[in-house]
Amino acid sequence: MSNVREDYVRPVDFRHGRVDMTHGGGGRAMAQLVEELFLRTFDNEWLRQANDQAAFAVPAGRMVMATDSHVVSPLFFPGGDIGCLSVHGTINDVAMSGARPLYLAAGFVLEEGFPLAELKRIVESMAAASREAGVPVVTGDTKVVERGKGDGVFITTTGVGVVPEGVAISGDRACPGDRILVSGTIGDHGVAIMSLRENLTFETTIRSDTAALHGLVAAMVAAVPGIHCLRDPTRGGLATTLNELARQSGCGMVIAEAKIPVDPQVAAACEFLGLDPLYVANEGKLVAICAAEAAAGLLAAMRAHPLGRGAAIIGEVIADPHHFVQMETSFGGRRVVDWLTGEQLPRIC
Amino acid sequence: MKYIDEFRDGDLARGLAAAIAREARAGRSYNLMEFCGGHTHAISRYGLKDLLPPNVNMIHGPGCPVCVLPIGRIDNAIELAARPGLVLCTYADTMRVPASKGLSLLKAKARGADVRMVYSSADAIRIAQENPDRDVVFFAIGFETTTPPTAVAILQARSLGLANFSVFCNHVLTPSAIANILESKEVREIGTVPLDGFIGPAHVSTVIGSQPYEYFAEEYRRPVVIAGFEPLDVMQAILMLVRQLNDGRAEVENEFTRAVVRDGNAKAKALVAEVFELRRSFEWRGLGEVPYSALRIKEAYRAFDAEVRYGIAYRSVPDNKACECGAILRGVKKPADCKVFGTVCTPENPIGSCMVSSEGACAAHYTYGRFKDVPVVVETHT
Repeated sequence: MSNVREDYVRPVDFRHGRVDMTHGGGGRAMAQLVEELFLRTFDNEWLRQANDQAAFAVPAGRMVMATDSHVVSPLFFPGGDIGCLSVHGTINDVAMSGARPLYLAAGFVLEEGFPLAELKRIVESMAAASREAGVPVVTGDTKVVERGKGDGVFITTTGVGVVPEGVAISGDRACPGDRILVSGTIGDHGVAIMSLRENLTFETTIRSDTAALHGLVAAMVAAVPGIHCLRDPTRGGLATTLNELARQSGCGMVIAEAKIPVDPQVAAACEFLGLDPLYVANEGKLVAICAAEAAAGLLAAMRAHPLGRGAAIIGEVIADPHHFVQMETSFGGRRVVDWLTGEQLPRIC
Repeated sequence: MKYIDEFRDGDLARGLAAAIAREARAGRSYNLMEFCGGHTHAISRYGLKDLLPPNVNMIHGPGCPVCVLPIGRIDNAIELAARPGLVLCTYADTMRVPASKGLSLLKAKARGADVRMVYSSADAIRIAQENPDRDVVFFAIGFETTTPPTAVAILQARSLGLANFSVFCNHVLTPSAIANILESKEVREIGTVPLDGFIGPAHVSTVIGSQPYEYFAEEYRRPVVIAGFEPLDVMQAILMLVRQLNDGRAEVENEFTRAVVRDGNAKAKALVAEVFELRRSFEWRGLGEVPYSALRIKEAYRAFDAEVRYGIAYRSVPDNKACECGAILRGVKKPADCKVFGTVCTPENPIGSCMVSSEGACAAHYTYGRFKDVPVVVETHT
């Protein structure tokens, strides 16, 4: 009689193992990776049902849905990694409608040869972020591509949420006279990433601001249910977000350079890299637009929340058929804050 | 930020603006060319024009490294990058300069060429060391500021015995460009382009010093004030030029004393003299062929000269007919005078090189100043 245990499977080697094509092949290796890594780490009642979809009851109200793909390089950076970023990014997209995020789905594209130890670190970071935010990952998918056809790991997350009664936040609702607020210092995430790019390593203590903002949004909506617009200034930074909102709402904006919060280290790094912090990415900040009379109350609510401590009123919405975003420079002049052209590239001399 | 904020103080700027307005005489105009793209950028970004009286006019000069690079040179670089296995390294803005057939280095990269953006010539050396089985070419461009680092790279490559590294040298010289503008018929035939004085280069002058400009001041009777790239530097330099013109002086003055001395940086100049020599002639976008206006690699370092190694043949390619970059680079026209400005030619889809770099006159005006071309009602309460 054989001594071999019938269901014995050698555990996945999370110390030295690497992703190979079998992990996406639909066979035992894939089932094992899903079970030992994804199910175990994200563990919740929906995943435990082991179906190809998650079933949940829909609460009353307006549902919102958002999706976001994450391809950040490097995968690990000061203040976070692609894992927690992929959770925060989608939660924030859902939350910018004023919604309470409920559930997440996650899709992974893994590159053949990617170390399983790093994958485990990423998945654990995602699980921790999702737990902290109280938004579970209820369904997911994994694919493997051949070496050279991916960049380690790409993660797409999708989220759903529900908007409270009476809240109607949308990018087309800014009106002349409205005030423009930001929740804190801008450019931290982009500079933290840039500091690690292979050709420009420089020493800094700047950390990415990656964070889930739905708690801050809930506090803001409770204080001022009539907020007109919310948006997180991610790629393209504050400048791009303001231009998007101006175009969507069919108005112009004037902001004051001196009122925009920028960490001195971020300002210094941007200075020597030839970048403008207005165009540098954020992952834990938001822009809010509300009626002038509600601005002081909204600012107070933001500052009372840990993620809005550095909030400031930076300008106002104006009537302008050309939809320009203008800035009063701290120098006394005035200039356009334009859309970002291509990727922000450094100047030569 | 120390050493930065001091030079961006709004109150001091208003004080300088008041002094300029007070001293600029009614009944005459002051037409000043800022040679460098760095100054153009500062003027646009900080809205300095708003602070100047109407009779002080700023004319944008040709001192933007990527703007003056002719199409033919970019074509050469694209041909190099298309060679199988070759890695072409260059500074960022260069990647977007439009070349022939609707190409640019960025588009060549999307089609499979290995083009890499570097922050310094030392990065190109590192890439060559890390890829011993591949040819690595550094596409070197720029004025005297970027020339010493290229010289260092060539000397390093020689001491490291890096046989796979070479430089496609396109370094150009500031004084010859200024002379060319002063000699141009638009400036000499009085009334076409009034040009009363120059704001001299900042970073270039840290290398070559203030001495090379003395000739212009004396020979052409035009004052030069060397100025830093911060907005207060520019305002101070304008005030100094207004004073010189009022006094009938034509001298070289140095506003940028925190970085520039008369004889420049001796070590950097020695490095450049060791590795480079003058070219008999070089084509500039906007200025055409300018004699003795650029550098090439000396015979002793020909092993690192990409032009020799790959037998690069230069072909002059005319600019797009609708593009006014040439006239804009010479100060003859302003960006808004160009028919394609902001219509066909935008920073997303540049037709001419002035729309590429944020230091280019057209890109700076498009990005920071174009709202002034249209009436906008602005009333703010914050």
